[in-house]
Amino acid sequence: MTPTFTHDFNTPVYKGKSSFSTGLYINGKFVEGSDGTTIDVINPTTGKITTRVAEATSKDVDIAVDAAQKAFDTTWGLNVGGAGRAKMLGKLAQLMEEHQQELSALESLNNGKTFSWAMNADIPIAIETIRYYAGWADKIHGQVQETDEKKLTYSRHEPIGVVGQIIPWNFPLVMMTWKIGPALATGNCIVLKPSEFTPLTALRMCELIQEAGFPPGVFNLLTGYGSTVGAAIASHMKIEKIAFTGSTLVGRKVMEAAAKSNLKNVTLELGGKNANIICNDADLDQAVSWAVHGSYWNHGQACTAGSRIFVQSGIYDEFLAKFTEKSRALKASKTWDKYGPDSYQGPQVSKNQFDRIMGFIQSGKDQGATVVLGGDRNGTEGYFINPTIFTDTTPDMKIVQEEIFGPVGVVIKFEDEEDVVQQANDSPFGLAAAVFSQNITRALTIAHRLKAGTAWVNCVNQIHPNVPFGGFKQSGIGRELGEYALANYTAVKAVQVNLGYIM
Amino acid sequence: MAHTVKIPVPALNKEITVSTGLFINNEFVPSVDSSEVIQCFNPATEEIIASVVAGSSKDIDVAVAAARKAFKTSWGKNVTGWERSRLINKLADLIERDAQELAELETLNNGKPVAIARDFDIGDSIQCLRYYAGWADKITGQTIEVDNISKMAFTRHEPIGVCGQIIPWNYPINMWAWKVAPALAVGCTIVMKPSELTPLTALKLSELVIEAGFPPGVINTVPSLGSVGGAALSAHPDVDKIAFTGSTLTGRKIMEAAAKSNLKKVSLELGGKSPQLIFESADLQQAAAWSALGICYNTGQDCTAGSRIYVQDTVYDKFIDVLVSTVKETVIGNGFDQKTGGGPLVSKAQFDRVWGYIDAGKAEGAKVVLGGERRNTKGFFVDPTIFTDVNSDMKIVKEEIFGPVLSIGRFKTEEEAVALANNTTYGLGAGLHSTDASQCMRVSGLLEAGTVWVNSYNLLSNNVPFGGKKQSGIGRELGSYALEEYTSVKAVHWNIGEKLQWPL
Repeated sequence: MTPTFTHDFNTPVYKGKSSFSTGLYINGKFVEGSDGTTIDVINPTTGKITTRVAEATSKDVDIAVDAAQKAFDTTWGLNVGGAGRAKMLGKLAQLMEEHQQELSALESLNNGKTFSWAMNADIPIAIETIRYYAGWADKIHGQVQETDEKKLTYSRHEPIGVVGQIIPWNFPLVMMTWKIGPALATGNCIVLKPSEFTPLTALRMCELIQEAGFPPGVFNLLTGYGSTVGAAIASHMKIEKIAFTGSTLVGRKVMEAAAKSNLKNVTLELGGKNANIICNDADLDQAVSWAVHGSYWNHGQACTAGSRIFVQSGIYDEFLAKFTEKSRALKASKTWDKYGPDSYQGPQVSKNQFDRIMGFIQSGKDQGATVVLGGDRNGTEGYFINPTIFTDTTPDMKIVQEEIFGPVGVVIKFEDEEDVVQQANDSPFGLAAAVFSQNITRALTIAHRLKAGTAWVNCVNQIHPNVPFGGFKQSGIGRELGEYALANYTAVKAVQVNLGYIM
Repeated sequence: MAHTVKIPVPALNKEITVSTGLFINNEFVPSVDSSEVIQCFNPATEEIIASVVAGSSKDIDVAVAAARKAFKTSWGKNVTGWERSRLINKLADLIERDAQELAELETLNNGKPVAIARDFDIGDSIQCLRYYAGWADKITGQTIEVDNISKMAFTRHEPIGVCGQIIPWNYPINMWAWKVAPALAVGCTIVMKPSELTPLTALKLSELVIEAGFPPGVINTVPSLGSVGGAALSAHPDVDKIAFTGSTLTGRKIMEAAAKSNLKKVSLELGGKSPQLIFESADLQQAAAWSALGICYNTGQDCTAGSRIYVQDTVYDKFIDVLVSTVKETVIGNGFDQKTGGGPLVSKAQFDRVWGYIDAGKAEGAKVVLGGERRNTKGFFVDPTIFTDVNSDMKIVKEEIFGPVLSIGRFKTEEEAVALANNTTYGLGAGLHSTDASQCMRVSGLLEAGTVWVNSYNLLSNNVPFGGKKQSGIGRELGSYALEEYTSVKAVHWNIGEKLQWPL
């Protein structure tokens, strides 16, 4: 009998109860970890323990993989037609919608983001993603290729089999749906490790997945650490594909483990140090508002954070003044219980992250950059950091080169279009970028030259389930979302049928 | 006068309420200028069960105007793919909720068995809607590399606009779903003219359109005579596209009217005289079962009815035996009777037509090996009838009968079989039964039909395209292919680097 986590939410924005098992979810059942150990789940708003969840070990990975393989061979994979998979995914989306408030509250409790961000952004995106991939399930087409009339040559787009998925803590539920949506639509079975910091919505989803009718073993959840469970998944000989979202540092380890084990297919969504280029002819007020969104959305804990803001000299002073004012006005909430409609910023997700970000801020100060705003902790309880703006940087500073993953924006003046494109591209990362200009030719020309998987023009951080997302260079391998994601979970088999050639 | 009618279902001791007005702008309204009505019959009892408003060509004008307004304001490019997806899914859910009642209404008006109407006609229709709901947010154009310097070139897959849709009486609900689903998914608005023989379920479905939340004018339903409403839609200057399923004869008129008016886009699903080839290596028992399905399903009132069968000499006698005893098991009767496998023909006109062909078959010298006898009871019931000793000049071999009447011929070689099969102006479906894989490949390649069934017949899937070659049609329904019929491609050349000098 695995323990149950029960929480009574009694807040101005949500009153309700959530209750679910905190065990590992393997083969349709909640079980204890093989070693009987647990992981503490911390509330980043208070720094205190919310609950404990079971800890998986590499032994549990083996058990989950066997269950997943069995399901793939018997009750999932090609044993269920697309329409059947579509129906279950559709049901899952419906269940998520019915529990939207509960899921939002759990996400807020565990990650620290405000209830209203979870309710109005995260959970709706997650639901739409599942719904979008439900629509693909019965539309997995191969090709018939023309060779000659003595042969029938065609390709089948088959599911890969058992896939491993490792997701981060910054958008826990959204990241889960980006992974399971296309994998389930194409007929794969999953062993998923959520972040050890933010397992709660993933655990709640297990019951919804069961209720939606997915056979046991199709989806398995292992809460555990990257260095144990993550590593075991990456190097497992019976997992044919791994998908990872997280830091570039860990992404390398995943790819290395895949290479050293069974050459499993790898897709990676890694870090970014994204350029936001604001030209003289931008709509200034709009550029400021979007820049705030780019820097501080999700407390800066977004791989697409527009953390290098390049502003053309003609509007630099005005931009900086307005950007500073707007950033100063962001309201932080002390405990999520007090989140109201005007609350914007919550705490960073963990002590680890908090220390990391403060370390970067210190390095900025040490290396001689100017702190225009913030640069310090907010309060004494929980991991809150004030919105921070640096100027007078040089390209070699740590805060300009490395991904901070916190509410820290670096504003850099530029003169020349050629120069800013070079500076923007001068990064080992290439996840996203943005251009602000009212001259569409200038905007498109710059956007096309940026080495980034997403180029936003006059906006930032916009995501749609049908638009592909992924990184150039060391920001990743492969694309998620849209039709493109299906290719990550599909094995192409060419069938060549001889109907007339005699040897 | 537009109001509702309560139709009694004697077998189940209940009533079904149907609105009898024209469905325009989410309201049921009377005709603007006519007091004509359409009488709806129950083909099992030959009794009138309801009268509905018959739309005039002026009513078509009103409906088209409503559809145009919706296209410009609340639908078309004014609604996102996700919203279209949501609404189509909602409609599917509502049909699923009301499946039993819709089935009973379908049976009352069309005659087919209730269980088949519910589980197959309506079951497939729900699936069809859900399938296209899934496409609605996946309509993608292309970006196209030209030279990377002068321009950004891309295509937009835009909805065509206002679509006239004319559907037949053999699968009223299913044909309705095949038409509305892809059109709505890509953002078109619709003026639907259901068959004057079977308008009741289309009107009932219109109530669900309101409940699902579609904006007014997106779907409009105008029961009308083909020669009135159908002709008006085909010739209408403000209808961008017409989609028709019905006879080849009427299909010609529609294409002609489209050409003479505004060159509206045309897609047609017309008749067939589809052949099945039984080769000597075939599993004869299975082939007989599929053949029975092919001619008896829906009492032969199917555009892909396998109405000609050619059997290889070496297995001819054996196959005839198996086929006759298989088809004999078919029960034609009242759709509310659980034993019934097929209902009556839909109308007196069809009944007379089919009997005309049976009589012609006998007169031209074909041999009756099963059926061919009138029942002399009430209801348009025709029992399965099989002719042998036919030749290619006979009416029953050349023309589409649209009833449970089968002609069987024979062949010696594969070449002969293919020639016999292709000897028709139609090209809708074809079946072949053989366990020789090379033969299956060769023959399926040679058959001139839009759908070829290998070792099966008649069964379709919503995600596999369907349509005719030759005079069986233009365009394809179902699958991703149907989307193209309702999509208009716009290419955009966006200059990002070219400065022009004039003169060049």
